[in-house]
Amino acid sequence: MPKWTMVQAINQALALELEQDRRVRIFGEDVGRNGGVFRVTDGLQERFGEDRVFDTPLAEAGIIGVAVGMALYGLRPVAEIQFAGFAHLAFHQVAAQAARLRYRSGGEHHVPLVIRAPFGGGVRTPELHSDSVEAFYAHAEGIKVVIPSGPYEAKGLLHAAIQDPDPVFFLEHMKLYRSLREEVPEERYTIPLMEARVVQPGNDLTAIAYGALLHTTLAAARQVEKEDGVSIEVIDLRTVHPLDEETVVASVNRTGRALVVHEDSRAASIAAEVIAVINERALYALLKPVRRVTCPDTPFPLPAVEDVIVPHQERIVRALRETLEP
Amino acid sequence: MSASISPQILPSEAETRLEVQPLPLDRLQQMYRTMFLIRRVEESLLQAAEEGKIGGAMHTAIGMEANAVGAAHATRPDDYVTCTYRGHHHALARGMDPGQAIAEVMGRATGFAKGKGGSMHFVDPEHGLMGANGVVAAQVPHAAGMALAAQLRGEDRVALTFFGDGALYQGVMHETFNMAAKWKLPIVFYLENNRYSEMTPIWRTSSVEALYRFPRAYGIESMQIDGNDVEVVYTAVAQAVERARAGEGPTFIEALTYRLAGHMAGDLETYRTEEEKALQRQHEPLMVLRNKLLERGARPEELEAIQAQVEEEVQAAVAFAEESPWPDIAQAYTDVFYL
Ligand SMILES: Cc1ncc(C[n+]2csc(CCOP(=O)(O)OP(=O)(O)O)c2C)c(N)n1
Ligand SMILES: [Mg+2]
Repeated sequence: MPKWTMVQAINQALALELEQDRRVRIFGEDVGRNGGVFRVTDGLQERFGEDRVFDTPLAEAGIIGVAVGMALYGLRPVAEIQFAGFAHLAFHQVAAQAARLRYRSGGEHHVPLVIRAPFGGGVRTPELHSDSVEAFYAHAEGIKVVIPSGPYEAKGLLHAAIQDPDPVFFLEHMKLYRSLREEVPEERYTIPLMEARVVQPGNDLTAIAYGALLHTTLAAARQVEKEDGVSIEVIDLRTVHPLDEETVVASVNRTGRALVVHEDSRAASIAAEVIAVINERALYALLKPVRRVTCPDTPFPLPAVEDVIVPHQERIVRALRETLEP
Repeated sequence: MSASISPQILPSEAETRLEVQPLPLDRLQQMYRTMFLIRRVEESLLQAAEEGKIGGAMHTAIGMEANAVGAAHATRPDDYVTCTYRGHHHALARGMDPGQAIAEVMGRATGFAKGKGGSMHFVDPEHGLMGANGVVAAQVPHAAGMALAAQLRGEDRVALTFFGDGALYQGVMHETFNMAAKWKLPIVFYLENNRYSEMTPIWRTSSVEALYRFPRAYGIESMQIDGNDVEVVYTAVAQAVERARAGEGPTFIEALTYRLAGHMAGDLETYRTEEEKALQRQHEPLMVLRNKLLERGARPEELEAIQAQVEEEVQAAVAFAEESPWPDIAQAYTDVFYL
């Protein structure tokens, strides 16, 4: 099996969708001729033509608004927003139009569109380019928010997202684009949305993460397991909204301890939601309060101090140990 | 002050002089029937609102009916339309069942959206009405997306989007103008210019005086027409639709019109005078069409008969709505996602 980066895996998924489903259309700023600023759509226009893959003007609200119309018409639009932070300009079209049209029409309308956007720290781009935006959209009823943690996951989840009957915001962590390679099947496969994955089983604590920080969390868990002789279950949420509550609750009911890690800031975040679910459904199993390791409630940190402020292995190790204390 | 921004000027003063071919008498009578139906449905709704039978915001298009009916007749049933929260007239003009329409406004389970859409969100895909929208200008890019989809699939559908004068100042409007012009989309932009945005006359807020010239900056063909004359509306939309279907790109129609009722049910209308309304009533669409029909040989009894028929239909529709059940509480939880 070939070893691919996440950029290659996503490119491959898009190519397969274009090949197998005439309804799929891909567009955004620099997406067509240039192949995208991160080259995720590289070669697609050449291969499939300008009717399938094309460039748009710099007009985020217009891009998503047009995608909504295309989806209502029966196409499967896959729109790229160049950086997730720029989606703020299209917030209304995403959160109040794409996400709500099914409900508002009493089920008459389907809006099967996918919005892809890069985000995330560790690559020294400043705020708005690095911002985690998932919590904004998690709060918009009617849209699914998916964040893959690597090449294999990205391909399977993207296939599922494009064929999903509902709108999906597909957030791609920039640091994952090229920093790791994985074996990825060349053929089409899907990973179901709204299902978390137990990345490694364990008995003493449940560590919950997603995106790039899944890997840091995994490394921290392994360090603590090795040094302290404990066993830690690690869960990749994959779809951060709607949450796969069952997987989280079943795990915490078994381990009695939990830690949630993400790059987004703290207040009203995915971690806050996960902890609320644990409190509602597994409180009596808890041996310690559930902690969260996140960015602070500030704009995304300046490049020079990014590495110390974004949750890193040492901080996660510390939080794991505190939660593991008797 | 130009007609675009002055409510003291009648729609008949519109600047673009179109060559209007008279429509056959039976067609005009059909149009009269629909316009009268819209008028009576909306008057009944206002009455019901006054009696406390309708909650929330309800906007009527009383005085603006010709825009909807002329446009509906000039498009095919499978063309796609989006419009604003002031959209009862468009839905009825395209053929929505009045009972379902009224039931929806009254929040009943038998409404077209099971009571989830309400007055501001009329939708009827079967008749090509792809959605009215509660947010000013939000529906405009949706129509462009439908036009783009038709173009990409090589189908000859046209998209027609209605919006008010206030929508012109929204950013997404201009994002859409640019895309529509650049991609030569088969779309018709239709401005129902009633010279007011809510309670503010447009002259207080607009930097431009002749609104139809605005999109010319994008290379979009445009005209300013009398939106209260259904034949003029029909002619303008037919021309625009023909251009769109021929692959010649978008057209912008500024239709001068006037809203005779308040912005919404319960509007105190402190912002305009009785004199102004009396002036505008001299050129309101039902009267314009009625005079036209009589001039061309229709007999008053014929029109009376149409009206009596409509009256009965509307009463039945109101009764249907009022007797309809309320939606089940479970409806609050469905249609969020597909499952
Ligand atoms: C984005 C947005 N801003 C404000 C409003 C509140 N609002 C509802 S109708 C309206 C006036 C719109 O005027 P116009 O576009 O001329 O349409 P008309 O009501 O005259 O048909 C306003 C400001 C809204 N619905 N959406
Ligand atoms: Mg207006």
